[in-house]
Amino acid sequence: MGHSHDHDHTDPPNDLELRVKALESLLVEKGLVDPAALDALIDTYEHKVGPRNGAKVVAKAWSEPDYKAWLLEDATEAIASLGFTGRQGEHMMAVENTPSLHNVVVCTLCSCYPWPVLGLPPVWYKAAPYRSRVVADPRGVLREFGTELPEDMKVRVWDSTAEMRYLVMPMRPDGTEDWTAGRLETLVTRNSMIGVEVASSPEAGES
Amino acid sequence: MNGGHDLGGMHGLGPIDPEPEREEPVFHAEWERRAFALNLATGFLGKWNIDQGRHARERQHPADYLRNSYYENWLAGLETLLVESGLVSEEELHTAMPLGKAEDVRVLEAKNVEAALAKGGPATVDIQLEPRFGPGDNVRVVNIHPDGHTRAPRYARGKIGTVELDQGVHIFADKNAHGTKEGQRLYSVQFDGSELWGADGNSLDLVRIDLWEPHLEPV
Repeated sequence: MGHSHDHDHTDPPNDLELRVKALESLLVEKGLVDPAALDALIDTYEHKVGPRNGAKVVAKAWSEPDYKAWLLEDATEAIASLGFTGRQGEHMMAVENTPSLHNVVVCTLCSCYPWPVLGLPPVWYKAAPYRSRVVADPRGVLREFGTELPEDMKVRVWDSTAEMRYLVMPMRPDGTEDWTAGRLETLVTRNSMIGVEVASSPEAGES
Repeated sequence: MNGGHDLGGMHGLGPIDPEPEREEPVFHAEWERRAFALNLATGFLGKWNIDQGRHARERQHPADYLRNSYYENWLAGLETLLVESGLVSEEELHTAMPLGKAEDVRVLEAKNVEAALAKGGPATVDIQLEPRFGPGDNVRVVNIHPDGHTRAPRYARGKIGTVELDQGVHIFADKNAHGTKEGQRLYSVQFDGSELWGADGNSLDLVRIDLWEPHLEPV
């Protein structure tokens, strides 16, 4: 894909591989970290916690009006009821897209992101181009994701400067009226829950 | 601090260039996995808080902060924290040779990882504080330029917004980054694009920023 960030961290072994290895052995030898705990932390965010959690939340809200009301009223508790809790999701808010308002989330100062529902953030979310531009030119940024918003639609950008964490609830795609929550989940992409895209259409296929 | 991390509104940083969602791995190299996990695991030692962690990363030279990849910044921040907290000496860091074992530390064990992550660390503070502002109030972000940590982004300082939500009392990050745990009321404040960016902004583009009471003054 020729991404500009590939060259500096995908060609091991390099200085960083060695620097991190040296630091890890130092900390292990000093008795400051347990290597098995490192493996467990990695396994959690590589294989267990990710955007399929958020998709379950959104699909349930699309399917059950009571759950949606709860999610918009107290997202932390509504999300916890599905088993998604903890680090970087202690104070959740769900923000709903409507035909007149589109929400998008950023952290201009670092990389704040709702881990329990979306996992760890993608590279672009943490990188300078997105963080610098989305607060000043959200429509231009969304266009780079292939998302064109109507000119008269409001855009609301949530800059995560505290410990509040935001989950965008995208609009339910047309043509899914008879879909079960399980099937709806397949249309809820990670990017639609950050707000840089809309949910997949039924024609575009299920993820 | 007006550091390399405070990016809102900066120009010239290039296209977003997103990797396709379905193809993007969680980590792009083994060292990223380890750097990530080392940061989390050492954080559980309790020698620094999340705001001190952020401040350690943003104190780098702005050119380094911007040139580094994300986990390089995490690694640089971690090295700073380890030395400043006294867990590791400069010499140990440079030689990677331990000069002694750590004492009086509670190390995160593998069997406790799941519970520790699920528990998290709430930022709310259970104290009564009269709110100075309420929803609908117009407020101005104070014009501050501290050389320490602040979560009031540069692009909003001096700008007028409207309080939309009272989020309760949260640990005030600006002080927490310097080791003082203090509760302050947190508000969700809305700004419109023409207030933030003048003629280059769009009044239909709204920005919500989480700001603590000391960041705000009445208009």
